[in-house]
Amino acid sequence: MSENKLVEEELNFQKEQFSLTMIPGKFARAMRTCVIWQFIRFLIINIKMIVVVSKSH
Amino acid sequence: MARLVVLGGGVAGHTTATFAAKWLGSEHEVVVVTPNAKWNWIPSNIWVGVGQMTKEEVTFDLAPVYAKAGINYYQAKAVSLNPEGSESSDRPFVTIEYTSADKAGQSENIEYDYIVNATGPKLNFGATPGLGEGSNLGEHTVSVCTADHAVHASEKFAEAIEKMKSGTRQKFLIGTGHGMCTCQGAAFEYIFNIEHELRKAGVRDMADIKWISNESFLGDFGMGGLHMKVGGYVVSSKLFAESLFAERSIDWLIGAHTSKVEAGKVEYELLDGSTGEEEFDFSMLIPPFAGVGLKAYDKAGEDITDTVFAPNGFMKVDADYTPKPYAEWKASDWPRTYQNPTYKNMFAAGIAFAPPHIISKPMKSPNGTPINPTPPRTGMPSGIIGKAVAHSVSDLMTKGENAHLHEASMAEMGAACVASAGKGIFDGTAAAMTVYPVVPDFEKYPGTGRDTDYTFGEIGLAGHWIKHILHHLFIYKAKLNPGWTLIPE
Repeated sequence: MSENKLVEEELNFQKEQFSLTMIPGKFARAMRTCVIWQFIRFLIINIKMIVVVSKSH
Repeated sequence: MARLVVLGGGVAGHTTATFAAKWLGSEHEVVVVTPNAKWNWIPSNIWVGVGQMTKEEVTFDLAPVYAKAGINYYQAKAVSLNPEGSESSDRPFVTIEYTSADKAGQSENIEYDYIVNATGPKLNFGATPGLGEGSNLGEHTVSVCTADHAVHASEKFAEAIEKMKSGTRQKFLIGTGHGMCTCQGAAFEYIFNIEHELRKAGVRDMADIKWISNESFLGDFGMGGLHMKVGGYVVSSKLFAESLFAERSIDWLIGAHTSKVEAGKVEYELLDGSTGEEEFDFSMLIPPFAGVGLKAYDKAGEDITDTVFAPNGFMKVDADYTPKPYAEWKASDWPRTYQNPTYKNMFAAGIAFAPPHIISKPMKSPNGTPINPTPPRTGMPSGIIGKAVAHSVSDLMTKGENAHLHEASMAEMGAACVASAGKGIFDGTAAAMTVYPVVPDFEKYPGTGRDTDYTFGEIGLAGHWIKHILHHLFIYKAKLNPGWTLIPE
């Protein structure tokens, strides 16, 4: 008899409206609030936004 | 000395007036006519609407700022334009009606050499029965369109939280209040802030949250959606947005024209022609936008409003307004200089200019009801357009009427959008997106219509920090503090 494997973040796929999209797992969610990683992303996003702003003027 | 009159003191009007005043100096006069006494950083109204900021944190008094800049400020609303002057004078003028307490209701004519219409929109709550009367919000829903609306929304939101804490389940319905709304981004941001605050308050399990929108797919945002680089893939904003909703268990109802609002209930019509009802305990529905209703008269006093303004009340500019099918829409249809084609001393900036057509694919229900987002022209595009118009008008005033006009086509400019989901420095996250260009150009970018090197999106603290910084940076800039011109629009 196999054991149930409950992955909490995947439960929302049970709902039909949500079943065809993507839902982040634990790692992706952790990276969103990882201060070190987000500081790096902060620098990169800012550079990209500055480029977009400069191309727009 | 020539006079520039700027109608409106929002992002576009304030940018136009302050840059023009700086470039023109004391040689010429700059006048601002705006019905508001305060400037409002509207993107942060979202945080006011969930009780995380006060009205005072997102507004400041305009009068001292304009005094510092040497701008003559009239707290009044523009009523009509006479671009040819009157029978007794060739000087064009604008008729204003004061809104300040000491002169409320009094009228005055202000002559001008150049005029910039940057009035922003009329919040057309009256377009949907029950949503409101004219530009006034009704009693059944809330709004975050103004700082006062957002304060009211936060009070209702706090009441809803208290009800949940005492065991009463609540249904939240957030989105658009009409089939022709724009500004889905504001509602999008608000629904995720609502969800975040409910979790923070420990009552998320007592709440049902639903999105209702006129978009034909989630992530349209009034721009026909976008394809962006995420994690090495180029993906549709549909997948990006649906993922956000699914992760947070927020249901959606799309392709919906909200046709009627009553106490605790909306009626809607969908793109397939079917109709339905949705109940709610708390609802924030964005109203459709329209022009503010300015009239225009020729020298003889004949009504020429149709010549100057499009039927939706927005001012005609150098766009290609020739009606044509969606397949023939081009980036070049969009205006570049925002100069009125009939009266060359008139310009429009920000939401006040009439777009040539929508950006999203036009949709109608089988009953003939148009259900599609109208083009967003807020935030960064408004500021960039305002600055370009200020540059053009300043050159016209200082170099003569043959001066080169500056250009700022939405088909050649990008926009940055940071939609927060919570306010905490370490627990709030935000979807940071850039899109380039705002209006897709399928001739230049045959794949997605946009440059995917500069069209990207991601969710995390980084975007959230940027949102905080932008809040302080743009208020600092709008107050004309030292170095304000170095901060880009």
